[in-house]
Amino acid sequence: MFVIDSIAHRLKRGCETMAYPQGPAPALPDRHGGALKVDAAKCTDGCHACVPVCPTQAITRAEGKPMALDLGRCIFCAACVEICPPKAITQTGDHRMAVRRREDLLLGAPGQEQVRLAAALDEKLRRLFGRSLRLRQVSAGGCAACEADTNVLGTIGWDLGRFGIQFVASPRHADGLLITGPVTQNMSLALKKTYDAVAAPKIVIAVGACAIAGGPFVGHAQVLNGASAVVPVDLFIPGCPPHPLTILDGLLRVLGRLETDGKSAGTPPK
Amino acid sequence: MSASSPFALLANATSLPWPEIPVWTAAEFVRVTAGELTRGARLCAWFGVPEGTATRLVAVLAFDADNTLAVGRSEPFIGAYPSLTLTHPQAHLFEREVWEQHGLVPEGHPWLKPVRRTNENHNAPANAEFFRVAGGEIHEVAVGPVHAGIIEPGHFRFQCAGEDVLHLEIALGYQHRGVEEALVGGPHRATRHQMETVAGDTTIAHTTAHATVLEALAGTEAPLRAQWLRALALELERLANHTGDMGALAGDVAFLPTSSACGKIRGDFLNLTALICGNRFGRGLVHPGGCRHDLEPERLTRLVGRLQTARTDIEQAVAWFWDAASVRTRFEDVGVVFTAQAAEIGLVGPAARACGLVRDVRYDHPAGWHRFAQAPVAVWPGGDVFARAKVRSLEIQRSGEYLLEQLAAPAEGEWRSELPPPASDTLAVALVEGWRGEVCHVALTDAAGRFRRYKIVDPSFHNWTGLALALRGTAISDFPICNKSFNLSYCGFDL
Repeated sequence: MFVIDSIAHRLKRGCETMAYPQGPAPALPDRHGGALKVDAAKCTDGCHACVPVCPTQAITRAEGKPMALDLGRCIFCAACVEICPPKAITQTGDHRMAVRRREDLLLGAPGQEQVRLAAALDEKLRRLFGRSLRLRQVSAGGCAACEADTNVLGTIGWDLGRFGIQFVASPRHADGLLITGPVTQNMSLALKKTYDAVAAPKIVIAVGACAIAGGPFVGHAQVLNGASAVVPVDLFIPGCPPHPLTILDGLLRVLGRLETDGKSAGTPPK
Repeated sequence: MSASSPFALLANATSLPWPEIPVWTAAEFVRVTAGELTRGARLCAWFGVPEGTATRLVAVLAFDADNTLAVGRSEPFIGAYPSLTLTHPQAHLFEREVWEQHGLVPEGHPWLKPVRRTNENHNAPANAEFFRVAGGEIHEVAVGPVHAGIIEPGHFRFQCAGEDVLHLEIALGYQHRGVEEALVGGPHRATRHQMETVAGDTTIAHTTAHATVLEALAGTEAPLRAQWLRALALELERLANHTGDMGALAGDVAFLPTSSACGKIRGDFLNLTALICGNRFGRGLVHPGGCRHDLEPERLTRLVGRLQTARTDIEQAVAWFWDAASVRTRFEDVGVVFTAQAAEIGLVGPAARACGLVRDVRYDHPAGWHRFAQAPVAVWPGGDVFARAKVRSLEIQRSGEYLLEQLAAPAEGEWRSELPPPASDTLAVALVEGWRGEVCHVALTDAAGRFRRYKIVDPSFHNWTGLALALRGTAISDFPICNKSFNLSYCGFDL
């Protein structure tokens, strides 16, 4: 009998929702690598080894300048990490990568070795959204991986609902959009219409390398190289796809629900 | 049966010099292809190869019972040719695609309209008029492109009489990212990553097909251990997606114990792929020439332990589901595709096997590790949502068993190799049984060994028509469970 079975099973398993952010964050898979860090000072003169191996042209090195890595374009294939002779590009193992401004994903300049993590929304928006954020998701050329790892936040292990965050079935019910995919030409009108249908004030979250900068499809005539081409973006969450923990960190961070160390929960605004 | 075929025969994961492929005039080529399809071949791919201002048609057929593939081509031509769709509906979307890409007009095609081309404003698919049922009692329901959940975009147009759906037309193209066009002159440095994201939930199947094509063009194959690793990752991909879909089906009939359990267990399977390569979707694992990571003994032990736990969990969650009469009755006789229809439109994968058709690339056209270790084909008759769910749950069991067997007997040796350059003027074909069905990659190289044409056929390309047929005579309120039972890819179709 499934009724008795399922009750017995539930009792045996107990609560399966992770303790994070009250407790420690779950560990990333050991081969994941996490966010990248760039010590451009370590670059040897004239070395361009990392530039041609990057599939999304996220790395540039102008003559006489240190190298620069755009973590928004990065799909975390780690080809640059493996090839760099002086180990100037390293994996930090850190899941936290979400930023508020696009330029905060540019690594390499002195003092900008790592991403500058997102600050919370201003007090007015936090009061509106801090305890209840309803999002409409738009996939605009997404490959279903960013979508899947956003979806997983709704499962019992992550339980996004406990933070008051929910995905809704109409833009009219939403406080903002969560966009995935490089934004194909063929989705640009639908994305714009969906954005316009959300009542102001609203926020826009770009999830994944595609939605930030076009990902593996950057430069294709059929795509617009990310959500910013159509709508203003308030939060960028890098990855290909970002680990669910990276997405959750971004959402909680922008709502001011994380302490500055990112390891424990802040209290929601009054 | 295939021995007498006028087509050039080749096995899966092999190549053939382009000049050795037989040529017919366009009309004759359609006639010969129709003849082969009539005596049991299946259309895996049908595409154009530009030749100056003209275009050649190329057909890749599968003789499943003979474990062999067959290739033929037409002379280059411009203009029109007699439509193959009239006698063999499985060519329907292929002919529309060729018309859209190369301007060759299939004369007599019953429903010639764009597949994924953009409109003149460059902001939506070109589409065209939808099929309409006339009548005062008829109403039309339009859904999408943006859907109510966290899911890819597509447009569904229902013609309804009350609750009953008389006809469903599915209009896609919203996800078109220019994948095939970008492959010309390749492989480029972004190519491998674009193959990983053709359909992001089918990363292993598509990257394995792509790597296999390159290996066949180079006249070599990946080291045995890499083939073993790819076979493991392919089954983990199948387990994760089938588990997710069982949960989604349970959710759609409000059977929450299985729905919530599967959501979690799906993640457990994805995390097993991440244990091997760091990424939950297998990004970076399959490289042409081998695999990027090895599965060391200690990691293998951890994988086996966690796999056994996840298997026990999913077995239990699926058992509740089948045990509940309320679930079974919601699935029985809903969204039926008849066996004859399934064969006629060329369904593949679990959707075809749920119509009683025995077709599975791992069994019919074994390549790579599947030459040494085969998984039994899971078949169920009926063609309804029940049958599709049943095939999925059978495959969950069998993939789990297969994985444990293979993990107990690892292939030894290297897992990566340096790939020689691809042969020039050569055509290579690779089929891989992804979790949705047959993933087909066909590559044709030019004189310099670069891609002259690269054709990708995601299983969804064959199967969307199956969903449309399943809805005929079904209540529109049953669309969600019909859709979930197929769970097709939009981006894999739109390319």
